[in-house]
Amino acid sequence: MPFEHTDKKYEEELKKLRDDILYMGGLVEDQIQKAVSSLVDRDSKLAETIIERDHEVNRMDVEIDDLCIRLLALHQPAGKDLRFITTGLKITTDLERIGDMAVNICERALELNLEPQLKPYIDIPRMARTAERMIRESLDAFVREDTDLALKVCKDDQEVDDLNGQIFRETISFMIEDPHTINRAMKIGFVSKYLERIADHATNIAEMVIFMVKGKSIRHLKEIPQSI
Amino acid sequence: MNKESPMVEERKRDADVHLPGNQPEIAPEETRLRVAALRAYYEKSLAVNNVTLSIKTRKVTAIIGPSGCGKSTFIRCLNRMHEVTPGARVEGKVLLDGEDLYGPGVDPVEVRRRVGMVFQKPNPFPTMSIYDNAAAGFKLNGNRDRRIIEDKVEKSLKMAALWEEVRADLHKPGTSLSGGQQQRLCIARALAVDPEVLLMDEPCSALDPIATAKIEELIHELKENITIVIVTHNMQQAARVSDYTAFFYLGELIEFGTTDKIFTTPEKRQTEDYITGRFG
Repeated sequence: MPFEHTDKKYEEELKKLRDDILYMGGLVEDQIQKAVSSLVDRDSKLAETIIERDHEVNRMDVEIDDLCIRLLALHQPAGKDLRFITTGLKITTDLERIGDMAVNICERALELNLEPQLKPYIDIPRMARTAERMIRESLDAFVREDTDLALKVCKDDQEVDDLNGQIFRETISFMIEDPHTINRAMKIGFVSKYLERIADHATNIAEMVIFMVKGKSIRHLKEIPQSI
Repeated sequence: MNKESPMVEERKRDADVHLPGNQPEIAPEETRLRVAALRAYYEKSLAVNNVTLSIKTRKVTAIIGPSGCGKSTFIRCLNRMHEVTPGARVEGKVLLDGEDLYGPGVDPVEVRRRVGMVFQKPNPFPTMSIYDNAAAGFKLNGNRDRRIIEDKVEKSLKMAALWEEVRADLHKPGTSLSGGQQQRLCIARALAVDPEVLLMDEPCSALDPIATAKIEELIHELKENITIVIVTHNMQQAARVSDYTAFFYLGELIEFGTTDKIFTTPEKRQTEDYITGRFG
């Protein structure tokens, strides 16, 4: 923003909000990456560490909420600032939910690590990489106010949905072939579903960024617009 | 088959009655004041530059902008108060219900009756009682019948939400009232002559928050009958009370739109900077 607020304290608090959201985003991205590693590398200790670290994500959620409410109450923001702060409120909710999904992945990893591995994990890490990239790019779009990048994130969601469908079909075929695999196959299916949900949350963030920058909502449309 | 609720069916029947073409003529967004290419000068300096704007009937239009942007000058052009200042002049048109207020043969006094004004500092006539203050404009318009004047005073004070507070003290001096009450007395005085438009030039800037809230509540009530144009430095006030907002900067109208739009997603960069508290 070329012009700064006349009120320097307000300016600082808005900057702090931006920094806090980025810190929380980085934290959540790392949580997912490590959660998936704990599954792929069968590292139960790592899974426990990640579950423990979710407190930090929750703490950030509460802290950012408080900051947003304080900014709304004390500065009666308007225009772009209003959209920035309300977007901040919504982004943290999505990030917090992503954090919870990372915990869910770790819980399934702890269970799956107790049994022999059903199959080599190939699509799950691919999905995880795309979902992580979507979070990273949605937050980059947020910082740079880049609606093109945000739109790309919305479009990338399809990739993750397709992989989820593929994993679903694969796990079903395992279960049909051998009912002894049902327990493990279902848990792998759950992990895939969690990653699919994570990508949905990243899409929510990207949609909010478009609202923040352009003041236009593209949520709940049948098709993603080609440009904004 | 879907069975629709009786209410839906009833609405459909109602809709059938008003087929296109049979619809009653309702134009909720009529224009009361149309300002075209308005320029206002003080001697040689241009205070308002080429402003064109429509003020909607029975809506509140807020004029915002930093000091010296021409907001007060602009509204003073709407009831021919600007020309009262020596060396001041106006170019362009101001049409009230289609009639040019600056046309030949238009009586400025009659214009000011139809377009009333309330100022920043409450200015009740210092030597007059509350009653006489409220009656002053009405009497000046030639009304002499005591009963009619009494009715008018009561009605105006009620409209200005002041009646209950002063009904027992009508003969006390107007200046004995609190600041907020004095401002409402000035509003009552303006309302007594049945204006079509009420101009308010920062009506709350000398008032405390409670008196301000009362005036804002009053604005909401008055707009049922009267078109209001309010100049304010308080952007939250503009956001709270107005339906439309015009942003002025350096004598020019930068942006005009619904208040919702101006305060959430303004089109112009200068508007955005102003409402968010950034100054370049």
